[in-house]
Amino acid sequence: MDLISKDKLDRLSTVEKVRMILDSVEQGKIIVLESGLAPNEEAKLIEATMAKIDPGEFAGIEIESYPGDVSQSWLDKLLKKPINRARLTVIGPADQLKMLKRDQDVISTLVSAR
Amino acid sequence: MGIIKKIRSNFSSAFKKIFKRGRRRRIGIYGPPNAGKTTLANRIVRDFTGDAVGSVSDIPHETRRAHRREGVTIESNSSSVVLDIVDTPGLATKIDFQDFMARGLSEEESRRRAKEATEGVVEAVRWLDDLEGVILVMDSTEDPFTQVNVTVIGNMEARNLPLLIAANKIDLDNSSPSNIKNAFPQHPLVPISALTGDNIDVLYEQIAKHFG
Repeated sequence: MDLISKDKLDRLSTVEKVRMILDSVEQGKIIVLESGLAPNEEAKLIEATMAKIDPGEFAGIEIESYPGDVSQSWLDKLLKKPINRARLTVIGPADQLKMLKRDQDVISTLVSAR
Repeated sequence: MGIIKKIRSNFSSAFKKIFKRGRRRRIGIYGPPNAGKTTLANRIVRDFTGDAVGSVSDIPHETRRAHRREGVTIESNSSSVVLDIVDTPGLATKIDFQDFMARGLSEEESRRRAKEATEGVVEAVRWLDDLEGVILVMDSTEDPFTQVNVTVIGNMEARNLPLLIAANKIDLDNSSPSNIKNAFPQHPLVPISALTGDNIDVLYEQIAKHFG
């Protein structure tokens, strides 16, 4: 399992983040991102994951994060500021990581060996 | 961007919106596999053109290519809006061909379907950049806080584009549209059954209001 700090994530480009995540997950690692991904990065990760899927070999990823704080101040609403949902995120191989339960502050997952 | 510049930009986009009323808008129907996207697309297109968009099935990833229907005029009360409707393949982060085999498909067919489904997901993700609004279809019997839903909502919010949530399958006993509302309270939501047509008129009103 690799726990990636926010500082490291901030230094990486989108391409580097996606590459790092998928390379690790393909090796069977579970990745925990301290600060999660931006929406466009999540979309890129989904796209790149699909390109890697190989029936019988790699089925894709499981990705889970906390629901996040969706409250906004009146100024944020006036400015139509996007809600920051990026919180701690767990990513792993779809055949090894299974989400059991999630609430506002706790993610329970089952991790199995290959 | 400075606050004054941002406020000016928002007023400018609102001003443009007023004078662009009547212009055709390209709207995507998004959601996870088996949420009822194609059922909804078919109902909308049938109600206003008498035609259909695509086939539906209980097996996930039935829609593996995006289908666009151009110039659908949605009328509700005194307002109307002309839309190009794009029915997209279900978004997912994993596709296992064995899931299709468990539903009775042969191994060869399952592998082919899995391959086509991955291409469909890529197409759906790429369409996000070419849309002017999204109807996000969620299965109201399922946990709404999935990565797919969060990704679509986050991308629309980041680009400041309108989003309408259709909490589908309210005809089922265990549906709970309130769970979706609690998960994403900042976006308009209409509980519907795309299958039976329950509450579909309210959805049309909201489509005309938010995408008009």
